[in-house]
Amino acid sequence: MIQVLWHGRGGQGAFTAARLLGAAYAQKKNGFALSFPSFGPERRGAPIRAFTKLDDRPIGNRSEILQADYSIYLDDTLFSQAALSEIKTGGKILLNTKHPVFDNKVITIDGDTIAKEILGLPITNTIMLGALSAVFNEIEIEEIAQAIRENMPKKLWDKNIAAVKAAREAVR
Amino acid sequence: MAKKFLSGNEAFAYGIRLARPQVISAYPITPQTIVVEKLSEMVEDGSLPSEFIHVESEHSALSCAMGASSVGARAFTATSSQGLLYMAECLTYASGGRFPIVMMNANRSTALPWNIYGDQRDSLSLLDSGWIQAYAENAQEALDLALMSYYIAEHKTVSTPFMVNLDGFVLTHTYEVVDVPAAEQADEFLPPLETDNKMDLLHPKNLGFSAGPDHNTAFKYKEHIGLLNAADVITQAEKRFAEIFGRQYSGLVENYRTDDADYIIITLGSIAGLVKEVIDKLREQGKKVGLVRIRYMRPFPNEMIAQAVGNAKAAAVLEKDISFGNEGTVYTNVNSALYKAGISIPVSNYIGGLGGKNILPEEIEKILEELTERTVKTEFLGIGGV
Repeated sequence: MIQVLWHGRGGQGAFTAARLLGAAYAQKKNGFALSFPSFGPERRGAPIRAFTKLDDRPIGNRSEILQADYSIYLDDTLFSQAALSEIKTGGKILLNTKHPVFDNKVITIDGDTIAKEILGLPITNTIMLGALSAVFNEIEIEEIAQAIRENMPKKLWDKNIAAVKAAREAVR
Repeated sequence: MAKKFLSGNEAFAYGIRLARPQVISAYPITPQTIVVEKLSEMVEDGSLPSEFIHVESEHSALSCAMGASSVGARAFTATSSQGLLYMAECLTYASGGRFPIVMMNANRSTALPWNIYGDQRDSLSLLDSGWIQAYAENAQEALDLALMSYYIAEHKTVSTPFMVNLDGFVLTHTYEVVDVPAAEQADEFLPPLETDNKMDLLHPKNLGFSAGPDHNTAFKYKEHIGLLNAADVITQAEKRFAEIFGRQYSGLVENYRTDDADYIIITLGSIAGLVKEVIDKLREQGKKVGLVRIRYMRPFPNEMIAQAVGNAKAAAVLEKDISFGNEGTVYTNVNSALYKAGISIPVSNYIGGLGGKNILPEEIEKILEELTERTVKTEFLGIGGV
């Protein structure tokens, strides 16, 4: 099973990214996924977590992910050294930041700049999903694009698919 | 069929749309809100031709559904926790009136302390209200139950309201892969409601009828028989469902690796998914463990549980419920089933997941380990024995 932990602030779309990843993976023949947010009241700007579990068989464990294969930060103000304890051995952190981080477990991307250029908004959820697709090989661009088409309003499709592709290239 | 990525609430709403209820009356409450929102969207966009009545309380929601049912309409409502308790008065009206209403309940803790997260104390406290009670493990089963519940509730030999329970948040708000059946197939499975238990202007009847001491017992006896009859109708419905949709369910219980199991956990709802994973892991280590998942608390699967557990050395009932001053209600029901069947193995009671508390795989492993001691105890997970 692949477990992905999403960190963001209310309004940044972390749960949408968690859901898009699940919907993308679920298109595979034996693709099973669970996506859920940290449950509770939602407030704009407050830290939230979201979770995606991916497997080739139905997933029975619905509890929150404690040790992830990938831990993704939409907002670098939520990132600290403690983040490293949330990933498995060999796990990776994907961090949206303009600042370098000197740790080979941390992959950085300047998602905000891509977001401003392509989306015209500082929303990095689909950008971080694109970044994930560059390091997690079991998800295809077309699967993400299809998930976007099925789960986002039509006017957002083209820009977000372009953002996914740009982020993927930036990380590669 | 279409493969979709849906939350439990959304999946249930898709299932209800396929069942074509003519009246939906509901009042929103977390974590049920999304099913009501989704259905109101479907009514708004015309994909569900139904009268959507946004009432001012849960008490009215069920009263309204009952009024609709009394003129022969297929009716739906949904609630959770305090909302369910607030409509409790109406539950016995609906069952005593034999109105085949379907209600989704998002299982949630009851106040005080106030808490929006999942446990099963809300619905289990109303086991005696005369409703069929089913508990879904995942979103697919929830959707399928939405469709099957009407077939079962409306069957002439049953004519009893049906409560489908989904664990709050962990099921209602978790997205997963769901096959949504095609409308034509759903129509083939579930024809429009036909019932004699209705009235109109040409055939007026009394909705809030009374029955004094001479006749009351007979009414209650018939109500009981109706609920017992549901067991066979559930099997029939599942057979028909499998023929049309290709998914076969297992009746009042689901037995998972119980055939040669020495130690068995009995539970209900979405936690069963985790228990299955733990059992698979322990089986790989050669441990003979199994699960009985109770799918229906009413009618209660007395014989099925006795059969599944009969050859085990010990069993544990794991439930998100406590009947204060005694023990978990599921445990009481299970013990009665085993006693009647002459089975006297040690059965322990584990109370967990109250107010949404996470139940860990290690805790399930520990329960199965403790069963080998073959003692009998009641324990609150994370706190200890009582």
